[in-house]
Amino acid sequence: MSQQAVNGVSHRGRVLTLDSMNPNVKRVEYAVRGPIVQRAVQIEKELKEGAKKPFTEVIKANIGDAHAMGQKPITFFRQVLALCSYPALLEDSKFPEDAKQRARRILEACGGHSIGAYSASQGIECIRQDVARYIEKRDGGIPSNPDNIYLSTGASDAIVTILKLLVCGEGRDRTGVMISIPQYPLYSAALADLGAVQINYYLDEDNCWSLNITELRRALSAAREHCNPRVLCIINPGNPTGQVQSRQCIEDVIRFAKEEHLFLMADEVYQDNVYAEGCQFHSFKKVLFEMGPEYSNTVEMASFHSTSKCYMGECGFRGGYMEVINLDPEVKAQLIKLVSVRLCPPVPGQALLDLVVNPPQPDEPSYATFMKERTAVLSALAEKARLTEQIFNTVPGITCNPVQGAMYTFPRITLPQKAIDKAKELGLVPDMFYCMRLLDEEGICLVPGSGFGQREGTYHFRMTILPPTEKLKVVLQKIREFQLHFTQEFS
Amino acid sequence: MWNMKQLEYGALARRANQIKDELRQGVRRPYKEVIDVFQGDLHRAGMKPLTFVRQVLAACVYPPLINSSNLPLDVRQRAQEELGRCVGGSVGEGNARDHAPNILNVLVNREASPRTGVLIPVPCHNKTVLSITQLGAVAVPYYLSEEQGWALQVEELQRALESAKGVCNPVALYVINPGNPAGYVQSQKSVLEVIRFAWEKRLFLLVDELYQDRVYGENCEFVSYKRAVSEMGPPFSGTVELASFHSVSKGFSGEYVCGLRAGYVELVNLDPAVMKYIHTLFSKDACSPVLGQIALDLMTDPPKPGDPSYLLYKQEIEQIRTVLLHSVKKVHEVVNSLPGFSCPPIEGGLFAFPRLHLTPKAIQKAKVTAEMQEDPDTFYCTRLLEEGGVFTGPGWEYGQKEGTYHIRYNTSRALFKELLRRLSSFHMTFMKDFS
Repeated sequence: MSQQAVNGVSHRGRVLTLDSMNPNVKRVEYAVRGPIVQRAVQIEKELKEGAKKPFTEVIKANIGDAHAMGQKPITFFRQVLALCSYPALLEDSKFPEDAKQRARRILEACGGHSIGAYSASQGIECIRQDVARYIEKRDGGIPSNPDNIYLSTGASDAIVTILKLLVCGEGRDRTGVMISIPQYPLYSAALADLGAVQINYYLDEDNCWSLNITELRRALSAAREHCNPRVLCIINPGNPTGQVQSRQCIEDVIRFAKEEHLFLMADEVYQDNVYAEGCQFHSFKKVLFEMGPEYSNTVEMASFHSTSKCYMGECGFRGGYMEVINLDPEVKAQLIKLVSVRLCPPVPGQALLDLVVNPPQPDEPSYATFMKERTAVLSALAEKARLTEQIFNTVPGITCNPVQGAMYTFPRITLPQKAIDKAKELGLVPDMFYCMRLLDEEGICLVPGSGFGQREGTYHFRMTILPPTEKLKVVLQKIREFQLHFTQEFS
Repeated sequence: MWNMKQLEYGALARRANQIKDELRQGVRRPYKEVIDVFQGDLHRAGMKPLTFVRQVLAACVYPPLINSSNLPLDVRQRAQEELGRCVGGSVGEGNARDHAPNILNVLVNREASPRTGVLIPVPCHNKTVLSITQLGAVAVPYYLSEEQGWALQVEELQRALESAKGVCNPVALYVINPGNPAGYVQSQKSVLEVIRFAWEKRLFLLVDELYQDRVYGENCEFVSYKRAVSEMGPPFSGTVELASFHSVSKGFSGEYVCGLRAGYVELVNLDPAVMKYIHTLFSKDACSPVLGQIALDLMTDPPKPGDPSYLLYKQEIEQIRTVLLHSVKKVHEVVNSLPGFSCPPIEGGLFAFPRLHLTPKAIQKAKVTAEMQEDPDTFYCTRLLEEGGVFTGPGWEYGQKEGTYHIRYNTSRALFKELLRRLSSFHMTFMKDFS
């Protein structure tokens, strides 16, 4: 309407309007890069233009982007990728032989010996074979078939692809997808985009965000009233909560999926990010097969991994894969067709994935440096996880579950009633109000818990533990100060 | 006309891969390797990447190279600049920069009744139909005129629009310029006609301009829809809604980096309220690969005269251009001279789409061949693959007028002599067998 007034020309009305557009797109929200980030970007602009603020930089602790927060890449990986990008470097004696050997092998598998060529839609074959071998080794020898491996553009691409296959039906028969609350908002966004029904199951905050079968059952039977539940999504280690599922819990979930005839989607992108004592990553596939043929021959599953997290943190390369188990062969053919529409995943990402599943071995020249760098990243994260939990738990009004894994903390904040009222007055969800204030006063960008889902009447925020330790300490200190000051203001 | 045969899709590609594997394992065939001219992939077709681009990418990936005296100074400076734009100074960071959104997803209202329709050209890329139907929309074909060098005729657009009555609600018009698979380049006059038509009939224009740098025909010039809309002035310039697409994959004057996966879309005259949702939608899709974005940057701002890398860069571009022009011309000449083949001039783009004039005998044989579908052009392409070791695309995958047959192949094959030898030899034998 205002456009009409501004142009002063008579408007026949556009083809693409809010009314005519895909209504599903309007339902899509992605809090991690949502309004709070837009505000953060605006503030950064203002700072650049010389505006005076109580801080000199905006600390973006909203997105799990390791390199953006200063984490260093793994030298070996970057050497191989450089060799692949510019093969003339294979003559350069400064590059170690094991890096050159891997680069040659990857280039050999590429069309025209170039990472610039399209690859097969399912991904370069020898890389899929390497991924299968990695999975076998990780899972104690349980066989993995390269034909069941689909390389993808990060894990998100594969997750959305599987959802596309699974979502169908109309009205009461529409596919329902079970997802944890809190969850990583890619899922809710994808479900909104596909017009699927989102079925929420609540993780138990009082028990370190653990998963309860009783709660799964409750959510499922309630959902059966209005949709056709077909999928159960689990993120392990969890995002935003960081919980690492016990082996028993994983078995229970698999049993539940079999009983209720649900397709399991296991998002395992943080599988190397496990810090807490007594916690261990158990892959869903491994547990499934160890439960015997009654389960391993029947439960349909897809598990996802990527190069964006763990110790690599290479979000920008968009490397990832999924392994499908017990997928109907005719559906597999459709899956191949579906992935072919987007041609192929980025080849540098595929190359990087190959290195992740095929890292330097003890007898290779790059091994020592590689292990040193990997250990440094993971132990720094473990230390920061511990530090975060410790400090937050000393702040009145903030309670924080142990960060068992992944890269985030999701503490609960107690907001004074007056603050809640003020938020409502401004038309904001209370934790968004809190986070906006924190951003404006301290220059720290977090994501309000409402973006991930939480129990009614509770408020949280998600913060990454990625900033370098010294900076993290400053951030934690500032949040503590803000919390005290905020509570006082609204008391 | 489009055969959406579910399971056979990609059967030829699978067979091609099988044969490649067999050859690798030493199985004897009448040829030592498969000539793959099916995809629009120039590296696979033997083109060498541009040195400058690859050097910068390598230095971005492994920053210690920025201090290497083995790399020219401008390469090192550019790498530093690009890394400076990356948060944390690393190409591993995942910040969204330019990102090509899926506009089709925004346009198609799955809940609408009648269903959303999108006008698409015949022939067009097989993925297009798939993308449209996947979203629950209806693809409405308009036929390009083969006799007039694949010209787009407004009367045909009108006919297509009318055919949609009672079937769907057409909201968008999809145009490919330069064409794929047919190698035409739209004249300025044609572009203006299409814009006027879209304006009159209230259609959203989706324009695929991926091959804008690949124009060979004499007297041919690429005219961008965005520029044309703007130059037409009001009321068109302020109201025609347009999304035009470009990519790093197909640039002629730049790197053919299909594997890097980067591209961009320009949106013109979109409703600001809708833009807000587009922004949210594409923030959830993370980012397009950073290396691809850098390659895109480099190609839109290449070395200039005086830069250390300029001479080599210019030389490599010229070389590519010369080889391509020559190969396109030569291949076209030879194919056109073979009896049973006819092909309008290839003005631009990446492919040729010659018409196969098959004898009734060949068509009949195709229909009775057990394992095959009845498409005669698939029959031809399969035989060409098995016996000649050349992998091309059958016309049915792109759409064609009923009763006509075509094949599609990538015209950029650097080593085209072998391609021509095998194609001619196979074709003559085939024609003789089915005369």
